Amino acid sequence: MEVLLPGTLDQALGSLAERPHARPIAGGTDLMVALNRGDERPEAIVDVSRLAELESWHRNGRVVLGAGVTYSRVLADSPGDDALTEAARAVGSPQIRNRGTVGGNLGTASPAGDLIPVLAARDADIELVSAVGRRSLPWHEFLTGPKTTAIVPGELIAGASWPTPTGPSTFAKVGPRNAMVISICSVCVQVDEGARAVRVAIGSVGPVVLRAPDAEAFAHDAIEEAGGWGDPSRRPAETAAARFGELVAAAARPIDDVRSTAAYRRHAVRVLAARALTRTLGRRLGG
Amino acid sequence: MLVRLRVDGEWREADAWEGSSLLSMLRDDLGLTGSKNACEEGECGSCTVWLDGVLACSCLVLAAQAHDRDVGTIDGLAGDEGDLHPVQRAFLDSGAVQCGFCTPGLVVAVTDLLERDPDPSELATREALSGNLCRCTGYVKILDAVRLARRRLGEP
Amino acid sequence: MSDMETFVDRPRGGIGESISRPDGEPKVRGAFAYGSDLWADGALWARTVRSPHAHARILSVDIGPALAIPGVHAVLVSDDVPGERLYGLEFPDQPVLADDVVRYVGEPVVVVAGDHPETARRAADAVRVTYEPLEAITDMEQATAPGAPELHPWGNVLRHIHIEHGDPGADADVWVEGYYETGMQDQAALGPEAGLAVPADDGGVDLYVTTQWLHADRRQIAPCLGLPEELVRVHLAGVGGAFGSREDLHLHIHACMLARHTGRPVKMVYDRAESFLGHVHRHPARIWLRHGAARDGRLVVVRARLLIDGGAYASSSTAVIANASTFAAGPYAVPNAAIDGTAVSTNNPPCGAMRGFGAPQVCFGHEAQMDRLADALGIDPIELRLRNVLRPGSVMPTGQVLRSSAPVEELVRRCAAIPEPPPRSAAPDVLELPGGAGNVAGPDTLRRGVGFAIGYKNFAYSEGFDDSAEARVTLSAGPEGPLAEIRTAAVEVGQGLLTVLTQIARTELGVGEVRFAPHDTTRIGSAGSSSASRQTMMAGGAVHAACVAVRGELLARARAALGLPAGADVEVVDGRILLEGVPLGDIATLLEPPVSATEVYRHRQVEGFDELGQGDVHVAFAFAAERAVVEVDEELGLVRVLQIAAVQDVGHALNPAGVTGQIEGGTAQGVGFALMEELVLEGGAIRNGSFTDYLIPTILDMPAMVSEVIEDPEPGVAYGAKGVGEPSTIVAPAAVAAAVRAATGRRLNRIPIRPDDIVGLREPLPWREPPEVPDVVFQTPLPAIWLAERPGAEPAQPHRLGE
Repeated sequence: MEVLLPGTLDQALGSLAERPHARPIAGGTDLMVALNRGDERPEAIVDVSRLAELESWHRNGRVVLGAGVTYSRVLADSPGDDALTEAARAVGSPQIRNRGTVGGNLGTASPAGDLIPVLAARDADIELVSAVGRRSLPWHEFLTGPKTTAIVPGELIAGASWPTPTGPSTFAKVGPRNAMVISICSVCVQVDEGARAVRVAIGSVGPVVLRAPDAEAFAHDAIEEAGGWGDPSRRPAETAAARFGELVAAAARPIDDVRSTAAYRRHAVRVLAARALTRTLGRRLGG
Repeated sequence: MLVRLRVDGEWREADAWEGSSLLSMLRDDLGLTGSKNACEEGECGSCTVWLDGVLACSCLVLAAQAHDRDVGTIDGLAGDEGDLHPVQRAFLDSGAVQCGFCTPGLVVAVTDLLERDPDPSELATREALSGNLCRCTGYVKILDAVRLARRRLGEP
Repeated sequence: MSDMETFVDRPRGGIGESISRPDGEPKVRGAFAYGSDLWADGALWARTVRSPHAHARILSVDIGPALAIPGVHAVLVSDDVPGERLYGLEFPDQPVLADDVVRYVGEPVVVVAGDHPETARRAADAVRVTYEPLEAITDMEQATAPGAPELHPWGNVLRHIHIEHGDPGADADVWVEGYYETGMQDQAALGPEAGLAVPADDGGVDLYVTTQWLHADRRQIAPCLGLPEELVRVHLAGVGGAFGSREDLHLHIHACMLARHTGRPVKMVYDRAESFLGHVHRHPARIWLRHGAARDGRLVVVRARLLIDGGAYASSSTAVIANASTFAAGPYAVPNAAIDGTAVSTNNPPCGAMRGFGAPQVCFGHEAQMDRLADALGIDPIELRLRNVLRPGSVMPTGQVLRSSAPVEELVRRCAAIPEPPPRSAAPDVLELPGGAGNVAGPDTLRRGVGFAIGYKNFAYSEGFDDSAEARVTLSAGPEGPLAEIRTAAVEVGQGLLTVLTQIARTELGVGEVRFAPHDTTRIGSAGSSSASRQTMMAGGAVHAACVAVRGELLARARAALGLPAGADVEVVDGRILLEGVPLGDIATLLEPPVSATEVYRHRQVEGFDELGQGDVHVAFAFAAERAVVEVDEELGLVRVLQIAAVQDVGHALNPAGVTGQIEGGTAQGVGFALMEELVLEGGAIRNGSFTDYLIPTILDMPAMVSEVIEDPEPGVAYGAKGVGEPSTIVAPAAVAAAVRAATGRRLNRIPIRPDDIVGLREPLPWREPPEVPDVVFQTPLPAIWLAERPGAEPAQPHRLGE
């Protein structure tokens, strides 16, 4: 097993170009578990945790979040009532948050990855970089299946980018205890005042994170009917949140596994989506 | 694979297997067995160390990732004369130690918490320690130890 | 303590004080040597190859590819076992290494030793074993179904307990029947199975190992190594928690075999995934209960049918079913009872001792029944319990008269009187709500519920087992004053035993300095297991007796030195000799040579069951009551425990902080059992053998606790102190379940409770007829067929005294 410690992104990309089977490691929260268990023995490992180029975070016009940014930094540098912060806070423990990264969450591509619903609800593009150049993929083209992505050998995730949100958002996840859980289901609701749209993404209820277009259309209409787009104080009818939840649940494709049942996941995502919509609409009022 | 790192203020060198974690390197190659291995998947916090001043599960750090970096462990927490750190003393005085396997990780995590926030609320304390499992105490006396350490550290 | 020889002042650090634990400082420094921290020069690393099948015939084992790996020093199979091929805690039914058949997923088949953990891992992966899968029994009711494969020569029933008391057919005004289930909980001690075996020049072996009982380990290891017991020296390595999972052998024989085969020290540590495979678990239980009561709430009849899944090998299943059966009706006076409890073998992972030993399972059942009776009768649940609690002089369903201290009524009243937490503040942080860090709840969707439970259990072993504990105490003149050394094989697993023994020595001998000789099998007899909440009584009793003997000898030397007659008023206080209250000098002069005494403590004799399950089978009892307050997010089925109030009957709190530490820790394990802990099996394979998916409570899951103790001394034991480790674990799951029922109105007859149960997606298990009582000899402590094939074989426990 070869281990490389490149000091610059170019060095890292050069190493990866020469070693198609090399695995990058940043926070290690997934790869080290596999190594410790003996489940994986990569031919080469490239440490990308020293690359300053991956830790950038730009926020003007478009948000560009570097792959090397840790959950702790997200938590520290974002407002509290925002989905990205809420997702970061819901991850693991302080130790995990200090090491786990945006890039790691994307690269592992678990359907339970906590940041992914937020990126999906923000229509994020995933930035990939290699020795031969850069490319950008919409999130849904990047995530191709449970724990599989469109990344090719030699490529590194550079980060994710999305249009600066023009409205409030919420993230919530359900787990079987009060801390340190892999989610059984998760929801992110994002309001886009500029586009007059509501976007919702759900995790752990399908092979990949999913969007719920019917629910999104319904939410848009419900706000419109109430005259709420121009005036956030005009809220949709009480029943709208519940209906929204039902439509989100209909878009879910959950399975039974050791952590939970498909039936509970579908139930929980319905409840969670309704609550997330209500909370997000409440945040439109500047609360 | 030769890894050079500064552990508890002292530069050390270890010839570790490439696939080793920092935890295994500390314990098996550097003889620093204070950090414990209870799960090797970042779930229990028994292996908690400081990596460049930041709390981390050493089982999730590849040994080579610690190259040229600063690591702080339970083994180096007591003073130069061997005197106990106030957090260690508080754990003893509060009855917060039973089997003690979780204790090194918790002592490091509590020390880190009180360095960042000298007067944490109970909820902030629980959140800060949510990555450290204990099977013996039910956490009640561990919270007592945090309160006691907080009080003592606040005294001039 | 004799009246003549008393102390004027109780020395500091004696019984009744919350002194710091003697091993605390190394533990907070990270310097305490757990089994996994041990090392020896030239040590090899070992690993185990385990069966992937629940039931299969082994067709071939090819170790060639493993031996070919550089750095591999040994690859051993069943034929390499030097002596007996079977071992076991109650009787030898478990192969050291599987020979022709594997009976559970995870059963050891081959062991390897290499120069590095990675080498050992590669060697283990390289071993090629071919199997022919056989029909597996993975459901406990399948075990006694017609046509079920026989897993052992004596069939699939390990033991059946039949208890008949009074008139089980008696009439009652009101009946409540219920079916209950409990899942497979795991001890999940943080410190893994670990050991270091060092071959010795005398042909023997020194094994440093994480265990609960050194001498039982030696008793089982020696025949398998083909060695006399004296050549197998078992030394205690630091234990990182046990809770029953270090009572059976794990890596012991494997490490010793490899060490003797290679001539090198061999270190073996289980990682977490292997640990789940490498120790016994709590017996899953199915419980059918019919409670009949009079209109005024008095219990008339309890009929119980219990079934526990022992898994592939017996471990202590025969004792667990006896416990579960005798406590199945709960701490209540029940004039008529019929209890039938069966422990069966299956191809599921072996089950054995876990804190509570059968009592947590039945407590969940009987407390649910009491609440339902209260509801049916329109009586307050606390009041209903008060009308039925056991008292000194009560008769148990086994006919045993309760001569133990039994302050059950006071327990109930005190627990019920503890103030509940105030209502929630207006704007709670999301972390305080059900769902915690997941950010799911809104305060208006929450319901609060309160639940109450009481339970009890024996402490010490039962059914006439000849239990004893030996201790030697030596008092010498140390460099800084008199020094007491205690030599005992009693194991500290974190519970605070060494602290208590230190306090006893300080109190009885009036000295401050107490230290312990290494804990091993070499120079002291057995102290029995650190289990069954027995060590305070047993090892404590032995140390107490040895101290009394040392003190007696010391005073005799003092009188002789002063030329005084036997009745003279001589005392030793704080290291000085006093004659009629006047200090005469240091005891240091009396300590050359050192004063030493070895004592063996035995508790009062008890007996086995008769054919109706009657008998004075338990030594003594400890009771507990808990009240849980929970908050439930009904829509999502998530629970937050807000407070647990615990009152426990401890006889005498030798170390108050140590006692509450046990109550708090035991409660946490109970909270886990109620809400989140279960090994999920599929076809006999554990599907969640990791801390990612076997969830134990975090600090955000455990609430504030209010703990109180009742000190009603137990007659006939040193200081009147009872065992304290288990009662809180017994009652906490029932209390939490009752609270969730109160919050939701749901039946909830299974633990752990899942969100699916709370939101109504999974229906409560319906009542159905229990399985037939098996056609076996009742009560026999070991399978009768096994005993019959071994004329003269002594079961671990005699059937009945005097026979």
